Amino acid sequence: METLYALTFGAMLAAALYLLMSRNLLRMVLGLLLMGNAVNLAIFTGGRLSSAVPPLVPEGARDLVVSANPLPQALILTAIVISFSLVAYAVVLFERSHRALGTLDPDAMGAAEPEAAPAGHPVRAEERA
Amino acid sequence: MNAHLLLTLPIAVPLLSVALGALLHPWPRAQRWASLAGSVLLLAASLALLQAVYGGTVLATQFGQWAAPFGISFVADLFSAAMVVITGLMAVVISIYALADGARERERAWFHPLYHGLLLGVTGAFLTGDIFNLYVWFEVMLIASFGLLVQGGTRAQLDAGVKYVVLNLLVTTLFLMGVGFLYGLTGTLNMADLARTLPTVGNTGLVTTLAVLFLLAFGAKAAVFPLFFWLPAAYHTASAPVVAIFAALLTKVGVYAILRCFTLLFGADIGFIGPIVGVLAVLTMVTGVLGAASHYDIRRILSFHIISQIGYMLVGLAVATPLAIAGAILYVLHHIVVKANLFLIAGAVRLAGGSYDLKRIGGLHRSAPVLALLFAVPALSLAGLPPLSGFWAKFVVIRSSLDAGHVALAVAALAVGALTLYSMLKIWNEAFWKAAPPLSQEAARQWRANPAARAAMLVPIGALAAVTLTIGLWTQPFVDFSLRAAEQLLAREPYVQAVLATRPSAAPAAPFNDPGVAP
Repeated sequence: METLYALTFGAMLAAALYLLMSRNLLRMVLGLLLMGNAVNLAIFTGGRLSSAVPPLVPEGARDLVVSANPLPQALILTAIVISFSLVAYAVVLFERSHRALGTLDPDAMGAAEPEAAPAGHPVRAEERA
Repeated sequence: MNAHLLLTLPIAVPLLSVALGALLHPWPRAQRWASLAGSVLLLAASLALLQAVYGGTVLATQFGQWAAPFGISFVADLFSAAMVVITGLMAVVISIYALADGARERERAWFHPLYHGLLLGVTGAFLTGDIFNLYVWFEVMLIASFGLLVQGGTRAQLDAGVKYVVLNLLVTTLFLMGVGFLYGLTGTLNMADLARTLPTVGNTGLVTTLAVLFLLAFGAKAAVFPLFFWLPAAYHTASAPVVAIFAALLTKVGVYAILRCFTLLFGADIGFIGPIVGVLAVLTMVTGVLGAASHYDIRRILSFHIISQIGYMLVGLAVATPLAIAGAILYVLHHIVVKANLFLIAGAVRLAGGSYDLKRIGGLHRSAPVLALLFAVPALSLAGLPPLSGFWAKFVVIRSSLDAGHVALAVAALAVGALTLYSMLKIWNEAFWKAAPPLSQEAARQWRANPAARAAMLVPIGALAAVTLTIGLWTQPFVDFSLRAAEQLLAREPYVQAVLATRPSAAPAAPFNDPGVAP
């Protein structure tokens, strides 16, 4: 079972990296999302798979006896929340950049590092500001 | 004060400042004072923490009554306490500076809450003793920096933001992957517990692979060659106080994480890591300084110099003797002050000269003589001229690499120092020395007519220059401190003892003596 999860993780990571190498911001967002989920799967598998009961302390008892490992679930939950908010921010930023710069190709966005502006060449007004 | 309070305050103060800054957003004046007060309180809390660990004890606490290694530990030793103090110092100084030029526009774009959010992430990263928690603080720091970077919403900032966001999200996800694998391998995330467990892991090949993964993730944060692209693509588009706090703290959190992980977790002597770090250090120094030489925008010159200076810190890790680690620590402390100051000066030069572009400005030695004098201190310190702080930091690093027989590292460090001087002289000649073009004459008139903005800029710049001079002229205490911090880092045992001994009395004993704790 763990082998299957590991292979799935590898396939997801490969797909994510492929998307991230694209020159389209939309595909890059999907790549980031997929990569986050691939890593979550890796954490889950790293916590060992077992067909145990959910990690709930029975009523009246003090300790967990035999149950699934609760820690990876806590880690993944945290990671999901964080990656959700960051990707949400990234989507808004990309949409805004697309509107301002008129392209989805990050290589074509030359606003921050204008190419071949020879030394001493007047800079655009917003560069100075 | 007890350890719990001392370790909580440097986190709690910026957290409250974030909340207060957001609540007071409709009232700029109140927000400004609350922000400044928050920074001063952070400095006070960090000084109290440093005072408590100064004797050499390691403070540790656990949150939520969970015993280590199950709860989240917070730890302060000499190195992390010093980093928190310097963060507090930067917080205060840059808060004052942020009152000057363009304060209103920044405040409308939520500068104060984001600024304290950044400080929160940075102090959290310095104090945490849990590697997953370190990831969380990295993300706190990142999201705040995303907001700060694109505050103006200009085209250049949006372009810079896209690159900065994608590359930083990518490497933090890599870091998270490393954390997940580390957990799978050892069954623990507590750094003190990992320090005990990792040497007992049989599969050393996997440990080395993880070490390289962490080096990759932290190296990208620290802008190490060849992972530095995001930095010069982004930093120069932000406003002066924002880029100053970025330059001071963000890359240094990466350096801190590298130093912490490669002393505590993996040990600096892990196989081939030393030579790799050595090669990376040289390439980082050289590419950074050459990149700087090719630019004429002050901010871009300074951005590339951040990269080259990170190389010096890595030299310390590559050599990995106690003196070398001490050199790296001293270098980090000196560099934060100097680099932040240079970016603050760049902002003042823009106001007094009319532009960031060196080709378009000039004559500032006449129109802003105090600024010219204050520029000399950090600029010469960055290049490593005696008797300033940079000279001593470089001296310790180079001395340690010569002692250990790494002549090539020492030669590269010296050569890069000379090239740094070239860039600083370029800024001096172009911005300060040559005759003022019409643009600068006009700007200089406005500069003279605005004493409030002038004071808000020159007081922080002067304060940081004074710190640089103090480290330079009164070096021995700082070198001694760095040596003690380095010995503490390399000893590991005090850190591990401090964390694993602090157990809330109610909780059952943790089974950390059993090396086979894998779930």
